[in-house]
Amino acid sequence: MTDREREASVTVERLDEEPVSGTAAVTEGDLHEELFTINIGPHHPATHGVLRLLTTLEGEVVQDVKPIIGYVHTGIEKSCEDQQYWKVITFVERMDYLAYYFNAQAYCMAVERLLDEEVPPRAEYLRVIHLELNRIASHLFWIATAALDIGAVTMLWWGCRDRDLVLDLFEMSGGQRIHTRYIQVGGVMEDIPPGFEAKTRDFLKVMPERLDQYLSLLDRNEIWLRRTKGTGIVPAERLLALGVTGPLLRAAGHPWDLRKAMPYSAYGDFDFNVPVGTVGDNYDRFRVRIDEMRQSLRIVEQALDGLPEGPHITTNRKVALPPRHELATSMEALIHHFKLVTEGFRVPPGEAYTAVESPRGELGCFVVADGSAKPARVHVRDPSFVNLQALPDMARGGLIADFISSVAMLDPILGGVDR
Amino acid sequence: MTRTKVGDLRVRQLKAQQMLRGDLSGAALEEYVEERLIFTKLEEAQNWARKNACWPLGFGLACCAIEMITVIGSPRNDLARFGAEVIRFSPRQADLLILSGRVSIKMAPIIRRLYDQMLEPKWVVSMGACASSAGMFNNYALVAGADKFLPIDVYVPGCPPRPEALIYGIMKLQDKIMGHPDMGWRERYNAYGTEEREVEYDPTSGALAPDAERRP
Amino acid sequence: MDATGLELIAQRVRDGVSADAVTGTHFLRGEATLEVAPAAVRDALAYLRDVDDEPWPRLMSLHGCDYLPEEPRLGVHYQLLSMERTDRLNVKTRLGTDDPRLPSVVDLFPGADYQEREVYDMFGVVFDGHPDLRRILMPEDYVGFPQRRDFPMGGEPVIFTFNEHELPRWYD
Repeated sequence: MTDREREASVTVERLDEEPVSGTAAVTEGDLHEELFTINIGPHHPATHGVLRLLTTLEGEVVQDVKPIIGYVHTGIEKSCEDQQYWKVITFVERMDYLAYYFNAQAYCMAVERLLDEEVPPRAEYLRVIHLELNRIASHLFWIATAALDIGAVTMLWWGCRDRDLVLDLFEMSGGQRIHTRYIQVGGVMEDIPPGFEAKTRDFLKVMPERLDQYLSLLDRNEIWLRRTKGTGIVPAERLLALGVTGPLLRAAGHPWDLRKAMPYSAYGDFDFNVPVGTVGDNYDRFRVRIDEMRQSLRIVEQALDGLPEGPHITTNRKVALPPRHELATSMEALIHHFKLVTEGFRVPPGEAYTAVESPRGELGCFVVADGSAKPARVHVRDPSFVNLQALPDMARGGLIADFISSVAMLDPILGGVDR
Repeated sequence: MTRTKVGDLRVRQLKAQQMLRGDLSGAALEEYVEERLIFTKLEEAQNWARKNACWPLGFGLACCAIEMITVIGSPRNDLARFGAEVIRFSPRQADLLILSGRVSIKMAPIIRRLYDQMLEPKWVVSMGACASSAGMFNNYALVAGADKFLPIDVYVPGCPPRPEALIYGIMKLQDKIMGHPDMGWRERYNAYGTEEREVEYDPTSGALAPDAERRP
Repeated sequence: MDATGLELIAQRVRDGVSADAVTGTHFLRGEATLEVAPAAVRDALAYLRDVDDEPWPRLMSLHGCDYLPEEPRLGVHYQLLSMERTDRLNVKTRLGTDDPRLPSVVDLFPGADYQEREVYDMFGVVFDGHPDLRRILMPEDYVGFPQRRDFPMGGEPVIFTFNEHELPRWYD
């Protein structure tokens, strides 16, 4: 049998169960109706992290997408059961590795609720400042890589350049650029150093022009608009049914933001807007995140203006380390320090689930305490894990190029997806 | 100063013209040639070319990938200065695999396959604590160090390492490519006599050989 | 929501679903937990989503927990959210480890898809009616349920100078 005859004898079935080519000879017109499954594998330039996508294509039109995850599963939640409560902060920070302050904040809020611990107002304000700066840094990295995926390579340089300014601020306050362990149970690790406020204000002055620069590059660019407008639309009801939150939901028109709806920490004191889109396509997601950056700048400015005086961490010595100078004079401080460092604080039995609004959506942390110094269970409800379920809806029926821009605008962080 | 430089340039131009016309001879010719020739071994020239054109494979796993992208993509720390002009996403076109991030048991065979697909000569930089050892995640889900299945040339510790640390690691790799012995702290501080002594082990049981001394 | 509101919800679920559906309520510092029997979980969630006077239409998180010394060991939590009332309710069931099965809620809350797969992968709870119950985070052919508390942590022993001579060296 010749090759042609062998091809003609193969029947390929479509998704709606109609055989494409029977035993008749294959004509040119039938050939493009075959389904083609390709594996956009865990290593690919257009995936944000190691996401494997089994894509079923018909020509260039995506018929179905199956994301396969787990390639960076680190067993963080199980490791946390073996660590003291304050050591868990370093583990939990590394889940959603662009929004590390948010992970720590959700976890610390859960532990503080279990301990019934009050956080001093200065610490709340410092937390909000760092959270909003981290939101700006995360969105900058997102626009850098998303624009790189779609083809606007200049944004990679610009986004990383401005993100370096934010990371300099984190280095000033927390000592490290990434995973700073700054937010601790009961407050923050250390008070901000003397030059921090001045440097942050410089950054706040510079940033709005930079955002205008990004918009001037992208927003009036015909290619960008054609690739993002009208692509990847999922209606808000479907997103709500899937449990999707964050900029994806807001771009679809549903104004749900935990900072406004169920305020936590010091967010009730600040005046800011929540950008909401209309259509829910990739362009709306892009604009929502850019405008969120502007609002975050407003919040940081208000927080710096109204920063109250006071301790930066709770004064309850059973939970927070005493300051070093007290160790030389006070015996109780020495004993507390010893107990906290060797054993850690004990948390009375209970369960708590707290949620914060991370750059990707609702980041919840569920902590089960059993009375010992180590948590019995730490689970992080990661927004990217739940948002990823919206990807097949975004991709179905669209071209593969639009699918790539949907993945870029979805902003999945695989560290949070896989944990 | 400017005048002598212009004078030098003019002198060099005239000499070059003479060389091209074939007018230089004798000592002048020898001096001209010596100014412009380097003598080296082929391996050194080859290594020099290789080290200055190491193209990394675009491969990021977790948090260290953010710092790697910052190194490659940020104007402040720019890896293109060191020869990594482009990141190539196809392993067939890349020289350097920067393993940035935690290596889980699901991902390990894929990394091995990528490494096998790269063409010789290739190098591996293990960036971060999680790729060098298990990092802080010493549990069921990670391969404790990518050197269990890949030969690694340079380990860059840190969680995540600063961009400058990664650049230093790549510079060390460039030293290694050139064939220079790596300038460890013993050479720099002239601290000889501090090496670990070789102790003999019984290969089957792992126990110490009977007459070996145990270092306290 | 306060403790009395939670008790009213529990009573309504008992009336609406079945008398033995609710096995307990728990209220801690603003957080309400409704403990439900495993057989009635799906009906209770359907009731809470559709029928109740104060409906809970969104499932924010579905996660599991292993309460090892206490029996029944495995717990599955459903974190519900009502955006109109900006309120949360946690619905919890407890299962034993021999044949842990629960009805799947993917048709009620499509967002439970990956999360049920994760609970299956990590704890071994089988969800009847789930369209595609495979392992999601671990490799497909992995044996064991890692986040149960009696599953070993794994990893390698850290080599210090006191134990480096006992441990087999990998380069031998």
